[in-house]
Amino acid sequence: MAITRETVEKVALLARLKLSETELEKMTEQMGQIVGYVDQLSEVDTEGVEPMAHAVEVTNVFAEDVVAESLPREQALSNAPSSNERGYLVPAVLGD
Amino acid sequence: MSLLDRSACQLLADLKAGEISSVELTQASLDRIEAADEKVGAFLQQSGRAALAAAEQIDVRRAAGEQLGILAGLPVAVKDVLCDSTTTTTCASKMLANFRPPYDSTVVAKLRSADAVLVGRTNMDEFAMGGSTENSAVQLTRNPWDLQRAPGGSSGGAAACVAAGMVPLSIGTDTGGSIRQPAGLCGVVGMKPTYGRVSRYGLVAFASSLDQVGPLARTAEDVALLLEAIAGHDPRDSTSLEEATPAYSQSVSKPLENMRIGVVKEQFATGLNSEVETAVRDAIAVYESLGATVKEVELPHSKYGVAAYYVIAPSEASSNLARYDGAHYGHRTDQAEMMAELEAERKQLSESGDQRGLDNLDTPLIRMYRRSRAEGFGPEVKRRIMLGTYALSAGYYDAYYLKALKVRRLIRQDYDKAFEDVDLIAGPVTASPAFKLGEMVDDPLAMYLVDLYTVSANLAGLPGLSMPCGFSEAGLPIGLQLQAPPLKEQRLLKAAHMYQQTTDWHTRRPPET
Amino acid sequence: MPEQPYTTVIGLEVHVQLATQSKLFCRCSTQFGAEPNTQTCPVCTGLPGTLPVMNAHAFELSLQTAIALNCDIPGFTKWDRKQYYYPDLPKGYQISQFDLPMSDDGYLEIADPKDRFEPKRVRILRAHLEEDAGKSVHDEAAGKADSEIDLNRTGTPLLEIVSEPDMRSSLEARAFLQELKLLLTYIGVSDCNMQEGSLRVDANVNLHLEKDSEKVATPIVEIKNMNSFRAVERAIDYEAKRQYDEWQETGRRLGESPKQTRGWDDAAGVTRGQRSKEESSDYRYFPDPDLMPVTTTAEQVEAVRAALPELPAGLRQRLGDDYSLGHYDADVLVNQGRPVVDYYLTAADASGDPKLTCNWVTQEVLRELKDKEITIEQFGVSAERLAGLVKGIDSGAIPGPRGREVFTTMLADDCDAQEATSKLGIEQVDESELVALCQKLVDANPKIVADVKAGKQQAVGALIGQAKAQNPNVDPGRVREICLELAQQS
Repeated sequence: MAITRETVEKVALLARLKLSETELEKMTEQMGQIVGYVDQLSEVDTEGVEPMAHAVEVTNVFAEDVVAESLPREQALSNAPSSNERGYLVPAVLGD
Repeated sequence: MSLLDRSACQLLADLKAGEISSVELTQASLDRIEAADEKVGAFLQQSGRAALAAAEQIDVRRAAGEQLGILAGLPVAVKDVLCDSTTTTTCASKMLANFRPPYDSTVVAKLRSADAVLVGRTNMDEFAMGGSTENSAVQLTRNPWDLQRAPGGSSGGAAACVAAGMVPLSIGTDTGGSIRQPAGLCGVVGMKPTYGRVSRYGLVAFASSLDQVGPLARTAEDVALLLEAIAGHDPRDSTSLEEATPAYSQSVSKPLENMRIGVVKEQFATGLNSEVETAVRDAIAVYESLGATVKEVELPHSKYGVAAYYVIAPSEASSNLARYDGAHYGHRTDQAEMMAELEAERKQLSESGDQRGLDNLDTPLIRMYRRSRAEGFGPEVKRRIMLGTYALSAGYYDAYYLKALKVRRLIRQDYDKAFEDVDLIAGPVTASPAFKLGEMVDDPLAMYLVDLYTVSANLAGLPGLSMPCGFSEAGLPIGLQLQAPPLKEQRLLKAAHMYQQTTDWHTRRPPET
Repeated sequence: MPEQPYTTVIGLEVHVQLATQSKLFCRCSTQFGAEPNTQTCPVCTGLPGTLPVMNAHAFELSLQTAIALNCDIPGFTKWDRKQYYYPDLPKGYQISQFDLPMSDDGYLEIADPKDRFEPKRVRILRAHLEEDAGKSVHDEAAGKADSEIDLNRTGTPLLEIVSEPDMRSSLEARAFLQELKLLLTYIGVSDCNMQEGSLRVDANVNLHLEKDSEKVATPIVEIKNMNSFRAVERAIDYEAKRQYDEWQETGRRLGESPKQTRGWDDAAGVTRGQRSKEESSDYRYFPDPDLMPVTTTAEQVEAVRAALPELPAGLRQRLGDDYSLGHYDADVLVNQGRPVVDYYLTAADASGDPKLTCNWVTQEVLRELKDKEITIEQFGVSAERLAGLVKGIDSGAIPGPRGREVFTTMLADDCDAQEATSKLGIEQVDESELVALCQKLVDANPKIVADVKAGKQQAVGALIGQAKAQNPNVDPGRVREICLELAQQS
């Protein structure tokens, strides 16, 4: 599957990255190479093989429904790049 | 002979015997860092004062006859990817340059409760993505054996600081070889435990289904000691295994009997550096001389390991790193500058009558995300986010991500089959000794292929260990990789210890630092 | 209802907040109404390195609900990441379920007690467990450039219930929602408070119509922002008309334009188009590597099923079969919720007269509850005492017409029916005494007797009035009967 610049631009938006012209160009070329390499996966016969999403086969891991203390608000907001006394501030979320 | 030439186990005995104090040892470690790290660049941050205060506390408690933890008084370095509420956790990224987690990772908490003295945070490839530590946004780390060469990565700082004798023990993380490969290139012992053996809680995720925390040291005994301190079930990590932690530090010295060692033919095929081949074959011969039988095994799908890995790891990474968007923590772009940029674009588009461009112009929020991420991440991180986003996007999921998960299953099945016949698999860690800094920065694919021998253990969730087994003519360390079935860390440690009892590669020290 | 030239086709997506104490993946409280950002922790704010662990109770509640909705419970289910960027979603993905939900293929039966539509079975496509997002507030009026984010709600457990497009009117949609809400409150899995966001509804609406004797469908529109069942009803009605107008104008069919999302503006009574981003639909779902799958055995499912409380549909049936109540009465009782039903059942069992007990409950008791805005648990007349009243009426000890007085006294003085009766000086009138009284009245009123004999039965009414004046305890119905008989005989 050839990687076009248009694809890269689309993926960059999906990934919320702003790439410069040079970056876009380089990314298109490098992604093309890497995707070309991983394309060899298509050679493998995987008929009837269950996908393996986890490295361990464990199921039913639960925690009890017991309330524990939350972070004090000041601490919760302490890493925020922008905040007021109540919450995180971000550029306007446009009304929908 | 410096204090730091002794092994962690020896130092522990000396501390217990009262021959040395933890303050003395910590000071020696800090002095060594002070003296050598300017050249090596292993540490992003040292906690000198806090470390000495902790050491003093331990000495006081020891003097009072208190029961102390198993690492009591030993300096330990931690890769800057494990959250520690007492300092910043940066992942060597601009994105998290000022991030102070309000909580401790389980591993850091366990180290503290084992009374380890945390002396500093080590350098790494940004977000653990890379195999040379050159992707650190902060600084280069140099291989103590040759300062023109890379220490490997992503736990390059973790391996280099042990190799340079700055600390006896160090914590790294391994997603595709990130402990074993730098351990191999720096001539120290490093282990990636079974997936789920060590808690990932507080480990800043790169690829969650592959990431595992592990120990680095100069001897197998020291690695056993450190593993014992950090392993164990954690209810805060759903993927953590409910397995009791064996007393690794006790069992490591009991030799294995009737050891059956598997060798994979393909791992000795073209591409393997002849010096590496010789050293690895010699190491296998050492095992034979210790009574092991050697048998050829097949891992037919391992050749697809790198391909599967570079679909799965970036896919998970693209998702794990979505949280760094400048909204709640981490780097945010300058908002005034961003608004000005948008305004300029809008003006230009409307002047040229480009309605479609105007319609598709980012909202301020989206542009904030995009700029923050573009500024906060380095090129390799961006590349992997892009790859993963692509692999998971509509229309490609089945061909890439799902296919890779199936190949992953086949790789695991190959191992299960191989381990019916052998106890361990021995082979190289990397195809060549340490490469020159800058050698591969512009060739990401070549860099990815360095992981050829290590990624399969991550995909399969198996434990793997790397230890020095020789040196190249140029004086660069060569690593031997041992792999074992899930939860058989003890077997790896015993085998490594047996080897180190018979050989002295691990006693060599880098000349330059 | 006037015949429309189209059929409205409706499918609903309902998000229900599950009644857990703590969040789905961390142990922060789910209590509503806390100060912004005071119920968060490293896990639910998505801080680097944190990991989710599934709340056992949330899964149990989902399982109970899915089973009550007659869903199949597959033996294996897993959680996936649904990826999109929004500031109320701090991880950049929502943990949800994609291809292997914890339940699918169920149904909910709906009926209208007023018979405005035929009873029907609405199929449930799936129900899955996921986490909620936080809240973003943008105060445009205040002219603020930035939005404020509150992550208290982030990570609250939600069950998303998706129906098949089986409803054909806003009335049916509303009935579905009411029945679903009733079911959920009966099992106790959610408080279903729409104002607090515990129950949220999105509707997918389009029209089926005929053009040149060919059946066609219009593009599907998803309606959001409906904050009450009434709003859902109005929004669907509005949207159907709007789509019909649009169809007449554009003739656009299903598949000829992308699925549109419209928001309901309750004040204006209209739906408005929402800006849709072409890339926003690529959620890049993949299995969450941090969460392990959950397996459920058939035995577990059976155990949950067996432990479920009696559900509204079964209860209505039982009230009909065992208590001889009509659909309407059964519905009124069941819709009040289980405590009222329990009150009724206790009273009916004790009184032995289910019908009369039902009348008292559905009329007097419910009126009191409504007037005083109290719950049945707070109500002053116990089920046993109400049964005493019904029994008193049945035995004649309490003349029917005075029942209400007795009831009021029971309530006011916190006493049982017997005490209230004696307080009011009500005594049972002996039959022979009653006959003697009637005879006396008949004898004293020859004109009325003549009228009755001439066929004017209503003339006897005057005698009833006189009888009551002489003895307030007489049963007017009985007086009427006796007087008529005596008049005829005289």
